[in-house]
Amino acid sequence: MAKKKAAQICITTVTGADRVGIIARLATIMAKANINIIDVNQKILEDYFVMTMAVDTANATINMETIKKRLDKAAQEMSLKITFQDENIFKAMHRV
Amino acid sequence: MRISVEEVFETVKMTLDHHFDIRTVTLGINLTDCMDRNFNSFDARAHERIVEKGKLLNRCARIIEQKYGIPITNRRIAVTPAAILLEPLPRKKQIAVRFAKTLDAAARKANIDFIGGFGAMVQKGMTGSDENMIDAVPQALSKTQRVCGFLNLASTEAGINMDAVVKFGHTLRELAERSENGVGCAKIAVFANAPQDNPFMAGAHHGAGEPDFSLNIGISGPGVVRNVVLQNPNCDLTQLSEVIKRTVFKITRAGELIGRELANMMDIYFGIVDISLAPTTLAGDSVAEIIEAMGIEQMGLPGSTAALAMLVDAVKKGGAMASGNVGGLSGTFIPVSEDAGMVRAVRAGTLTLEKLEALTSVCSVGLDMFAVPGDTPAEVLSAIIADELAIGVINNKTTSVRIIPVPGKKPGDIVHFGGLLGSAPIMKVAKTASHRFIIRKGRIPAPIQALRN
Repeated sequence: MAKKKAAQICITTVTGADRVGIIARLATIMAKANINIIDVNQKILEDYFVMTMAVDTANATINMETIKKRLDKAAQEMSLKITFQDENIFKAMHRV
Repeated sequence: MRISVEEVFETVKMTLDHHFDIRTVTLGINLTDCMDRNFNSFDARAHERIVEKGKLLNRCARIIEQKYGIPITNRRIAVTPAAILLEPLPRKKQIAVRFAKTLDAAARKANIDFIGGFGAMVQKGMTGSDENMIDAVPQALSKTQRVCGFLNLASTEAGINMDAVVKFGHTLRELAERSENGVGCAKIAVFANAPQDNPFMAGAHHGAGEPDFSLNIGISGPGVVRNVVLQNPNCDLTQLSEVIKRTVFKITRAGELIGRELANMMDIYFGIVDISLAPTTLAGDSVAEIIEAMGIEQMGLPGSTAALAMLVDAVKKGGAMASGNVGGLSGTFIPVSEDAGMVRAVRAGTLTLEKLEALTSVCSVGLDMFAVPGDTPAEVLSAIIADELAIGVINNKTTSVRIIPVPGKKPGDIVHFGGLLGSAPIMKVAKTASHRFIIRKGRIPAPIQALRN
């Protein structure tokens, strides 16, 4: 049996106006790339709608650049801002 | 513990709204083993190494940028000071100029926007090669686009080399006349106590004591700090200092992570994180505006020096906690032309050259990117430089001067340098100053602080 790859967690962040279908759209992009969704959270912060989605990219079938391109396209179509970053940057900044 | 939405949002907002970026990743390259009595052999070896490593730097930086979603704004190279590299070669100006052109061509080929190291360490005296290189500066920097120069004219250990300070005043005048709006002068900085691992241009070079390659990171977020200050309009200054410290801690940790990973990927030594706040011409990315957010009505008015001192100290404390490798300059840049708030203050008359000099005594990095009339005599330029270097020498810190005499302009005129360099109002300076002091030359001896053994 193939050895299970170590998890590579990335965080997708969505900011903008809340609307129907944001999670569905992101989930589709992730599923098509064989990326597993681990956790989803959302809140209203400083009048922004903010949603974070933690995903595991260890078995992704496309590279980070392509994922970003697809997310950028979705962001444009839904008038949102979407970022996609390795989780370690947040750990470095917010955990001692 | 999983990262919360608030924490993620704080980081994302820093990059989306407040211009948080890795300002520069600067690769230091040792070229001493390329030296040769034959110029062509030396030149070819240096060119090959810069291109190869420059391309690698760009490739790896792009991958890291994608991974962490933090922009890496500039990718730069710093090499061994040119005056050392040119030692075995004939003392001809044209040879130094040719080498500058090689640096320029190599940087262009590797798609590196600035390459630093066309300089010399002359704080105590000049070798024949040092003098030759300084003589070549006006041609070298006006005939190249990407090459940056530096000179270390003073140090706490050696004092101030006034022979070199006087020589440089004339060099600066000639360089200004050879380049449009004197912009060539934006590409050379002179120092007291120049750090050998500074990642920021124009002063970056790969000093003695460094390994073959080293990666130094300049991290910057004036916009982020300004925002956090604005969000705390009523707290006392002790609390404000704490808030700044915490914010700088976070952005320095990001720099440390990115620098370390980039160095690993390139399989080279990770040098330092320089935590200097470096403004850009973008709206909101201004150090002067941080000072104003702290409660000073306009940069340069009474209170500015105290506010800046507190800011710099808070930045250092937060940064030092976040990374074991804080180094380089790690002060706060207050360039005039590159900071919209500084430009406004000069135009409003609240910020004069004298006040700018006072500010540099608490912040490092010196009198930076300010324009004076093109007919300012060389002795006056030298005297301004000597004043600033004295602050560094006596206070055991780095100070630098990047002064731009703009031909044909008068005080009050505005000159546009374009791009990253911004635009600057011409500042008023005395037409005559201290001629007799300057022409004495010699060396201002090392201060008593130098005797620490």
